[in-house]
Amino acid sequence: MRIVIIDDSGLRASVLEEGLHEAGYDDIHIVPPRGGFVARLERMAPDVVLMDLGSPSRDTLEEMLTVSRALARPIAMFVDQSDEAMIGAAIDAGVSAYVVDGLRKERVKPVLELAVRRFNAFAKIQSELEEARSALSDRKIIDRAKSILMNQRSLSEQDAYALLRTAAMNQGKKIVEVAQALITASDLLGGGL
Amino acid sequence: MTTGLRIAFLPLTDAAVLVAARERGFAEEEGIALDLVRTTSWATLRDRLVFGQVQAAHMLAPLAVAVTLGLSQQPAALAAPYKLNVNGNMLVMACDFAKALEQAIASRLADPLGTAHDFAAAIGLWRRKPVIGVVHRFSSHAIMLRYWLASAGVDPDRDVVLRVLPPSLTVEAMHAGEIDGFIAGEPWGSAAVEAGLAETVAIGERIWRRGVEKVLAFRESWLEENPQTVDRLLRALVRAAAWCDDPAHRDDLTHLLARPDYVDQPAYLIDRALSGTLVARAGEPSIVSPDFMLFGREATPFPWRSQALWIYSQLVRWGMVDHDPDMAARAGAVFRPDIFRRALADSNVSMPGASMKLEGAVAAPLAVGSRRGELTLGPDSFFDKRVFDPERIDEFLSGFAPLR
Repeated sequence: MRIVIIDDSGLRASVLEEGLHEAGYDDIHIVPPRGGFVARLERMAPDVVLMDLGSPSRDTLEEMLTVSRALARPIAMFVDQSDEAMIGAAIDAGVSAYVVDGLRKERVKPVLELAVRRFNAFAKIQSELEEARSALSDRKIIDRAKSILMNQRSLSEQDAYALLRTAAMNQGKKIVEVAQALITASDLLGGGL
Repeated sequence: MTTGLRIAFLPLTDAAVLVAARERGFAEEEGIALDLVRTTSWATLRDRLVFGQVQAAHMLAPLAVAVTLGLSQQPAALAAPYKLNVNGNMLVMACDFAKALEQAIASRLADPLGTAHDFAAAIGLWRRKPVIGVVHRFSSHAIMLRYWLASAGVDPDRDVVLRVLPPSLTVEAMHAGEIDGFIAGEPWGSAAVEAGLAETVAIGERIWRRGVEKVLAFRESWLEENPQTVDRLLRALVRAAAWCDDPAHRDDLTHLLARPDYVDQPAYLIDRALSGTLVARAGEPSIVSPDFMLFGREATPFPWRSQALWIYSQLVRWGMVDHDPDMAARAGAVFRPDIFRRALADSNVSMPGASMKLEGAVAAPLAVGSRRGELTLGPDSFFDKRVFDPERIDEFLSGFAPLR
C-alpha cells in the first residue's frame, strides 16, 4: 500500500512516517504542499493520501482528485463515511485521509487510526514544549523582579518572592504578571537592572 | 440564557457581518455566545459543517448547493436562510498579460463585454494557456469567471487553465509565477495589485451587479431542530449588517477585520472593498465602485430562491451536474426565505413579498412590494443583459451558444 503524507511540518510528517514504518508499512512518501505538488502526487499514484486538515492546500488537492485521470476514480473523504466516531476523531486531530476507490476500507482504517494517534501525540508534544518555553521565560521575569526588590528594598530573596506572591494574591493576578509590571515600572523610573 | 454557537469562516473581508456580530455585541444582545472558527480551506470549512464540528459556516453559495446535491465529498442537506453579502470579487491578471487589454483602467472595468473580447485576443498573444487561479470549483468566483469568459467565446475548460488554490496563497503563487492571474474575494486581489504583481481586469459587481456571494449555511436538520437559536442569530446578523454598511463604522470594522485572528491583512487593503475605492493598478488613483460589496442594504441578506437556481443553472451549463427536475428542486430549496421571514417577522426589517424573482431584470433602483415599509432593490443586471427566469431554466440554458 503506497501512502503519501502531505504536510507542511517536516517534524510532524516524520513522526507519522516513523509510526507507519513501525506498523509495517514501507511505501511511504512525504510531499510538502508547495508549487507543483499535485503533479508529483499524480506521478506517485498513491493508494492513500494523508493530509493536514489545517492546510490551505486541501482545496487544490481535492480539485486534483476530482479531475485526475491518473488516479483511477476519485477518492472518498475519510475511511468510512458512516463511521462518525472515526470522522470526529480525525477532525479533532486535524487529519484528513483520501483513499483511492477500490482499496478495501478495513485495510485503510488502521492507517487512519494510526495517523490520528500520531497527530494527537504530536500536538501534545508541541503544547508541552510551548508550556516549558513559557515557564522558562516566566522564571526569568520573576528572577529579575526579585533582584530589583532585593536591591531597592534590601530584601532577602525569600522575602522578595513572598512580597511578589502577596501582591499577586491581593490583585488576583499571576506572579509573573506582577513581576512584569514591576520590571516595566522600574525601567520607566530609570532604576532598571 | 446564553447559547453557544460555533461558526466557521475563511479569512476574507466578507466575513465582516459575523465578526461585527461577535465583536460589537449584536450576538450577545440575542443571548448568543459566538465562537468564530478560523479555517484556511473551503474543504475543511465544509467538513467542519457537514460533520457537526460547527453549527454554521460562512460558505460560498455554490458550495452549499453542491454539497446538497452530493457533488462535493460527503453529501449533506444544507440550508442557507441568510446571505452574508453580495458582490466583492475581482479578477486580477499579471501586468504583462494585461498589456493586451484596454490601458485606461476605468474604461476597461466599465465595459466587461469589451474586456472579455480583449481577453480572448490576449490569450492568443500569451505564450501558453493562461493559468487563472480560482478559489474553488464551486465558488461564485469560478462561476462568474466562466460566465464572463464564455461571453467572448472562450471555453473555460479548453482555452485557459483554471487552477484551484486558497485565497491566502494567491499572492504567493503570482509571485512564484505559478499562475498568471486569479479571481478571489478581497482583500487578496488588492494585495496582488499593491505588490505590483497584477492589475484589475474585471470587478464582480460589473459582471453581475448584485452577484450572490457568501451565505450562512447550516445543516438542514440542525436548522429545523433549533428554530429559536436560528431566529436569534438571524436577528443579530441583520443588525450587524446594518452596522457594517454604515460608513461611520468603517474604520472600526476595518481594524477589527485586520486582526490576526480574522483576516490578518493590512487595514488599508481591507478598507478598499469596504469603502468601494479600489486601486486597480499600483500607484494609480483609486476607482470608485460604491456597490463593490453589500451587507445589509436593499435586503441583501434575503435568500432569493431564484439565486440558488441561477447557481444550479450554471452548474448544469458546465456539466457539473445532470439537469433534472428533482435536482433543480433540491438546489432551489437550499435557500430558505421562509426561515428569514420567520426570524424577522416581528422586526422592522423590510423584506420582499416574493421568494423568487427574475434575476437580472432590474436595470435601475426599483421600489418593490414589501411586507412593511419601502423596499428598494438595487440594479441586478448581468453585463450581457440576459435575464434568468427561474421557471424557465431550459430556455435560459439553450440561449447560450455552444462553445465546442
